[in-house]
Amino acid sequence: MQLESMYQQIILDHYRHPHHKGLREPFDAEVHHVNPVCGDEVTLRVALKDVDGEPVVEDISYDALGCSISQASASVMSDLVIGKPVTEAMTISQAFLDLMQSKGRGTPDEGLLEDAVAFAGVSKYPARIKCALLGWMAWKDATAKALEEER
Amino acid sequence: MSEFPGHLDVEAIRADFPALARTVRNGNPLIYLDSGATSQKPVQVLDAERSFYERHNGAAHRGAHLLSEEGTEIYEGARAKIAAFIGADVGEVVFTKNATEAINLVAYAMSNATVTGGAERFRVLPGDEILITEMEHHANLVPWQQLCERTGATLRWLSVTPDGRLDLDHLDNMITGRTKLVALTHQSNVTGTIPPVTEIARAAHEKGALVLADAAQSVPHQPVDVAALGADFLAFSGHKMLGPYGIGVLFGRADLLEAMPPFLTGGSMIEVVRMEGSTFLPPPQRFEPGVPAAAEAAGLAAAVDYLNGLGMGDVAAHEESLTAHALDALREIRGVRILGPDTTKDRGGAVAFEVEGVHPHDVGQVLDELGIAVRTGHHCAWPLHRALGVQASTRATFYVYNTHAEVDALADGIRYAQRFFGARQ
Repeated sequence: MQLESMYQQIILDHYRHPHHKGLREPFDAEVHHVNPVCGDEVTLRVALKDVDGEPVVEDISYDALGCSISQASASVMSDLVIGKPVTEAMTISQAFLDLMQSKGRGTPDEGLLEDAVAFAGVSKYPARIKCALLGWMAWKDATAKALEEER
Repeated sequence: MSEFPGHLDVEAIRADFPALARTVRNGNPLIYLDSGATSQKPVQVLDAERSFYERHNGAAHRGAHLLSEEGTEIYEGARAKIAAFIGADVGEVVFTKNATEAINLVAYAMSNATVTGGAERFRVLPGDEILITEMEHHANLVPWQQLCERTGATLRWLSVTPDGRLDLDHLDNMITGRTKLVALTHQSNVTGTIPPVTEIARAAHEKGALVLADAAQSVPHQPVDVAALGADFLAFSGHKMLGPYGIGVLFGRADLLEAMPPFLTGGSMIEVVRMEGSTFLPPPQRFEPGVPAAAEAAGLAAAVDYLNGLGMGDVAAHEESLTAHALDALREIRGVRILGPDTTKDRGGAVAFEVEGVHPHDVGQVLDELGIAVRTGHHCAWPLHRALGVQASTRATFYVYNTHAEVDALADGIRYAQRFFGARQ
């Protein structure tokens, strides 16, 4: 059945035991995103720190109500992004977006995306792409807000 | 299934619906349980629209030729048919794009009347009130929020009880001397709840308020007679009653439509046009700008014929039987919580439910793999979900072409989803 190709074990594991979940302080910016079509919501906070003049993601904390894809994606994202410089994290984010828009034909860079390659099957189900991107879009938004406030 | 009386010959009906013959994911036959979103169409409706374009496509109400005469006759014939279907006079049926537009028409007619000094009963002033309910579809909620914002009126609402009924305990307090209009659903698209519109209309009329009923989920599924119902306005959509997209109906009491200013303006609804100003036609034409959607009206007329052929009493009875079966079947699944009333009393064929530990979107995905089409999310009724303490739900809706076997398949599919996600059963 096709279901297993989308619902990889990694995804179900992250859904049952999401990493970095919960809202924590301190934080530099908080956003609230929704997917009006299915009722998924996420509140996400990002904390940045300065390392040699470059912003680095210190922490991502979030509270989310949503489907397994959106929850697991937020969990995988926080694993991937925490501790990385913002510029590097943005590259990973773009690679993930490309994978989601690949209509099942993408060959993901496992070195770059690590566990996020498990979401490759989602690209074959257009209705779920927004679910997989919800956390990433919230993180990008929060990071942009945090960087702007720094100026 | 022998214990359920056969109100409709569902097998014969299904043969009329080409879409039901297709297979979907994994070669599974389509089990279509999303008629609350949009209904499938019988070949009679498809033929009527096609045949209009092939043989009778003249612009209605204009043109001096045979084709335009035929187009006009078909358009007005459809109006008469719909009027008879709901027990209204022909002049009380306004064709719109859909129920949403019909509701907006009334809301904008009221703010237009306010701005241009129209009839007092439509004017909405600061401090006036519009009363709606917490269980409304966004189409019968947002336009009233916006009307209040445009006019400075106050939006009030009746709440929902935990079992999805309307809380009428404080009805007399909620309808006041300042209430201009009460807008409520005739049948909830989420819980199936059928509020006592007639009783509420009586209370509203006593205080001088108008009443609009959102009939998008009732007209397609139960016999509706506007005189018996008592609402001043009714809104419904063709595409939810076996008809095409792009055509809906606003029923308005003749004396009300007569006194209402137009919403959308342009050609077809004018009487005299000068650069300095224009006058408008009497209703219903006053509210129908642009070239009439005659092909869509032809399709809708065929849909009405089809439903009349089945008998709306039997349609309602068939759905009640399916709904009762669905309520029984889902009640037996541990971890499934049905939203709304537990019985089919004053409850139509929308069954929305939660599955513990499995998000609706995931339930819907699993059902989709099995060929079962349902809706997931909040079904354009976000406040209703909040009121019921639910983040989102999965919804199955039934219509004339659904079978008891399909209800069983839904229950089996839910169990499969529970197993797939390791949720308790």
